Amino acid sequence: MDFVYDLLGKLPFDFLSSNFMKNALLAVLFSSILFGMIGTLAVDNKMAFFSDALGHSAMTGIALGVVLGVRNELICLIAFGVLMALLINRVRAGGTASSDTVISVFSSTALALGLLLLSKYQGINRYSSYLVGDILSVSRQEVVLLFIALLVVGGVWCFVYNKLMLIAVNRSLAASRGVRVTLYENIFSIMVAVVVMLSIKWVGVLLINSLLILPAASARNISRSVKQYHLFSVLFAVVSGLGGLIASWYLAASSGATIVMIAAILFFVTYCTRKLFGR
Amino acid sequence: MDTLHTCGLKCVALEHVGVKKGGQVLLDDVNLELHCGGITAIIGANGAGKTTMLRAILGDQKHTGRVLFSDHNGNEVDKIKIGYVPQKLDFDISSPVSVADLFGAVRTRRPAFLGPGKARKAHIADRLRDAGCEALAGRRLGELSGGELQRIMLALALDPIPDLLILDEPVSGVDAGGLEQFYKTVSDLRRHYHMAIVLVSHDLELVARYADNVALMGGRLLAFGPPEYVYATDAFKQVFGGVQVRLPKGGSR
Repeated sequence: MDFVYDLLGKLPFDFLSSNFMKNALLAVLFSSILFGMIGTLAVDNKMAFFSDALGHSAMTGIALGVVLGVRNELICLIAFGVLMALLINRVRAGGTASSDTVISVFSSTALALGLLLLSKYQGINRYSSYLVGDILSVSRQEVVLLFIALLVVGGVWCFVYNKLMLIAVNRSLAASRGVRVTLYENIFSIMVAVVVMLSIKWVGVLLINSLLILPAASARNISRSVKQYHLFSVLFAVVSGLGGLIASWYLAASSGATIVMIAAILFFVTYCTRKLFGR
Repeated sequence: MDTLHTCGLKCVALEHVGVKKGGQVLLDDVNLELHCGGITAIIGANGAGKTTMLRAILGDQKHTGRVLFSDHNGNEVDKIKIGYVPQKLDFDISSPVSVADLFGAVRTRRPAFLGPGKARKAHIADRLRDAGCEALAGRRLGELSGGELQRIMLALALDPIPDLLILDEPVSGVDAGGLEQFYKTVSDLRRHYHMAIVLVSHDLELVARYADNVALMGGRLLAFGPPEYVYATDAFKQVFGGVQVRLPKGGSR
């Protein structure tokens, strides 16, 4: 890790002079790659609303950690995120209400419960940074954790991608090929939950979803194969992530918001490209 | 239930299959056998449980009762090779999945986002050439016309050659000439490969010409047997009213 710090210190950027900026840079880089990758299937499976609900559930995750006295916030966040993801999948599969209604109910409940618990036990102000995120709060351990997550999620991705892609094309078609649809849907939801929760601290509940959806949505505008789709999605995520972080440093503005703004601009540019050239 | 039995090696057997969803019974106590080398057509009104039954066979639908598979020697097996052509593929026209991506993803472990490997690329080109749609390999699924998509989906279902081919209203949105051509193709497949074929169809005359057996559905199995037998049942008259179907003399089966 010290070696990486030294390496970054040698780069000719004055914003990299402090270790917390180096941490921020590495965290943004690793998460962007994760978001770019996972986002492709989140968009294919029309899960934008689902991941938004997961982001909202972070508030309850934190609150439960506070109430139960669990020291490590991240464990609570991930545990509750995974639980929430599986629960939404379960209720959706029941088919009693339409998907967006189910997700909306879970989303509002989780946000309200989180705020209720926090306001009662700790005061909301202490946790308001979770709403918009604080990139400079990323610690060295969290950077290492993100890197491990990148390796693990990337590895799992190679094994599950084909099956998940088939499910996105047509569930029954996937089933006819022996894919256990529900199992793989749950695996993917867990992956989304873990990636979202690992990054929520610095991106914030309000912006996390855009980071997952925008790069993939932009890539979709100009891709003609799954290969291009992945390449562009990861590229756009990294460009917005790093570009946004650096721009926010010079603008002295919220880094999460700047990152999402760049991702949004990329979306509109690719959207117009598609319209103009009819791809 | 009115039933007539035909012989032939059993490929799939449904025993007391039932499906309930949200307190509603979609399928009730269906008993049915599908045979190798036979074309079974499933007919019935909308909401009669045709697609639900197919999904139960595919393993994509929770159900009571059992779905049993047999191999060519009549031994019971856990699974058989199934080819499936879905009812209607509504693609988001912006979906970046290409025809080659789809063919790559179903047969290989290589992640589709790396693109198909060289060997696979040649194989895909062969399969598409057989289906007469070689030029479509690089096209996105969302760009295909109804007829093109149907040919691609059939080619995909036949890679590898399945023991059971399931076609869920495969010809919706295809003109009359294309319809006849499609049934001829299916008939040829049965002759060449001796696979069991199940198809959902609304065209009662074509069904009468090409299917060996017809399953009339109405939340349960109302009648099963050769077309001329099923078409003469009271259940058929109740479902389809006074529809007159020209039955082929001798048949082209």
